[in-house]
Amino acid sequence: MSAILPPSDRLWWKTPISGQEWVWIGIAFVWGMIMFVMMIYWHVNGKQNLSNEVYKTTTEMFTAKTEAFVKENTIRTETEQQIPVAKPNAKGEAFLLARLWAWYPILELEAGKTYKIHLSSVDYNHGFSLQPTNINIQVIPGYEHVVKMTPTKAGTYSIVCNEFCGIGHHSMLGRIYVK
Amino acid sequence: MAQYRTCPRTGLQFELEADKLMRWNAVAGVLWLLVGGITALLVILTRWPAIKLLPADQFYMILTVHGVDMLIFWIIFFEIAVLYFASSTLLRCRLATPKVAWAAFWLMVVGSIMTNVAIFQGESSVMFTSYVPMMAAPHFYLGIILFAVGALIGCGVFFGTLVVARRDKTYTGSIPLVTFGALTAAIIAVFTILAGAGILLPTLLWSVGLIKEVDAQLYRMVWWALGHSSQQINVAAHVSIWYLIAAVVFGAKPLSEKVSRFAFLLYILFLQLASAHHLLSDPGMSAEWKVLNTSYFMYFAVMASMIHGFTVPGAIEAAQRKKGLTNGLFEWLRKAPWGNPVFSGMFISLVSFGFLGGISGVVLGTEQINMLMHNTFYVPGHFHTTVVTGTTLAFMAVTYLLVPTLFRREMMFPKLCQIQPYLFGISMSVLGLVMMGAGTLGVSRRHWDMAFSGAPFQYEWPGAAYLMMGLTGIFGVIAVIGGGLWIFLVVWSLLFGKKLDGGPVSDKPTPIPDQSLAAHASGTGSHDHVSVPGTVVLAMTLLVCFVLYYFVNWKYLSEVWGLS
Repeated sequence: MSAILPPSDRLWWKTPISGQEWVWIGIAFVWGMIMFVMMIYWHVNGKQNLSNEVYKTTTEMFTAKTEAFVKENTIRTETEQQIPVAKPNAKGEAFLLARLWAWYPILELEAGKTYKIHLSSVDYNHGFSLQPTNINIQVIPGYEHVVKMTPTKAGTYSIVCNEFCGIGHHSMLGRIYVK
Repeated sequence: MAQYRTCPRTGLQFELEADKLMRWNAVAGVLWLLVGGITALLVILTRWPAIKLLPADQFYMILTVHGVDMLIFWIIFFEIAVLYFASSTLLRCRLATPKVAWAAFWLMVVGSIMTNVAIFQGESSVMFTSYVPMMAAPHFYLGIILFAVGALIGCGVFFGTLVVARRDKTYTGSIPLVTFGALTAAIIAVFTILAGAGILLPTLLWSVGLIKEVDAQLYRMVWWALGHSSQQINVAAHVSIWYLIAAVVFGAKPLSEKVSRFAFLLYILFLQLASAHHLLSDPGMSAEWKVLNTSYFMYFAVMASMIHGFTVPGAIEAAQRKKGLTNGLFEWLRKAPWGNPVFSGMFISLVSFGFLGGISGVVLGTEQINMLMHNTFYVPGHFHTTVVTGTTLAFMAVTYLLVPTLFRREMMFPKLCQIQPYLFGISMSVLGLVMMGAGTLGVSRRHWDMAFSGAPFQYEWPGAAYLMMGLTGIFGVIAVIGGGLWIFLVVWSLLFGKKLDGGPVSDKPTPIPDQSLAAHASGTGSHDHVSVPGTVVLAMTLLVCFVLYYFVNWKYLSEVWGLS
């Protein structure tokens, strides 16, 4: 008779379903399909899809690549810590390294141009959280993620670390300039 | 020799050993809820920018305690009690192997204390998720493993009890819907715990130096088969409790046994895939993998929740209409017992879980939209409206029922009992909303300082983000008061409440009468469908909110930088 007793109808799987329930099941099913197709649609026609280009890497390999990139492309240094500002060359390849507790180096990009930004961490998990535009990507040690980014508007952007990475987590702030 | 008592007020039959196990498991859960609640207050007061109570190291330690004690220890202890109730009590049989059930209980006690000790020693502030290669002390992992083994044994006792009931023929036909839902929860729990063992065992070995490395991406994938799936145990458990409360308070009967059971079956088939929800912005998985898994294979588990969201209020409406409350669309709801905390808690849980937790969860779990919210304050905002206003509030509501019948004590301070579900449910729902608001503006979760002190640069969050965080503080404190009130009411009633008669004890269980005969006698077959127009309106309102909010987020996404 109720949900805490065995079904009163022994052959409960043979009792018909009411029209109202069928309609709601139908609606729920169709809405699920719409949401499913929407993700696929966005891969075809949307302009914001996370890249699938990923390589296995190591701390040493990724550090070396980033250092080579910084050496070749540094245009100036900033702050007391002399953090290099790197402006990627015409090919648009850039490296961004996450470590305890900094994003290295500072990047200087141009609006409307597409860049291939190689993202990885050399120690713990970190979170790439670009503000104020609000794009959030997980950064995992051992994985080099090549994300294609096209800045839309000039400005000064901050990279907040939004994956907990220890006691200095809150001071891990990076910068991207878009000219 | 098993002994049984029949509660004179509810007619529920308790086997005495199961009775004691349920009480001890529930009380252990409540004690962890107390620790979780105190740490919740400290977390809130630190994230409230105007107060910022704790220093960074203590904040991360306390946040780890809060996550682990609430999401694992409180909930799973209580769920073990629910499993024993749904099997031994509802099927009126003895509990299989009570000695083993006690061993499971003590394993869980030892494990949960061990992990808490590890965290409070200060070397294991690694958050609930403990992502490698950040390392905790070995006994942090060992405690969780022991607890999980205990919980797994508890599930085994539950399965065994189902077998006992069938063999002893204490019921005829199929198991009740609530027991079926609990069975769903237990099956998901087995999967979850095995996944947890699969990753925490190697991590334990790594922490003592026996394994060189655990891959950081692999860890995330397998760990979330524990972390997210364990929340799916909660969904199955609290949906079962919704049905239970609807049955006890209204005598409500499922609109259709077939539909409700099929929806539970969809949970078993598809909820496991939820691990993907945490990996949508990760490098290691392909877009195809993400799309298929995050949608629970084309949203079949979401469909299941939408079905329960319809059939639970639908069952209540049908029961109320049969009693003659047939005026207009909502007389059945207006004249529901809003002063009964069992019902009010359950209904707030249903609405908050559906409108806030459900919708935000699906939006957050959309592959591309996830990039707007991944690791922001939106994420805890979402799960405080699923695990807290959904599961915890449902557990609180059912406790108002269990204290008199299981613990045989009268609830004290009935006026406060009436207020508590509203105080806790509404403040926690608003808390979830403002947390999601802050997350939409980009504010990070698990972050000690919005002002980034010590950073080489400055970043100023928008003023609205500070406003949202201030509101988070205010409503968080109110929610802690509401939760604390519940603990006070329950503990006070258990200690000082009027003792109630437990009912006559007998050596033999009284089997459940054959329901098909009873139904035949009273002439209420299952073919009499009652129209539930009020529920249809509620469900359509949910759908409209869902669709609008879903597409608004695609609009937000289209405005950020191009990514490919």
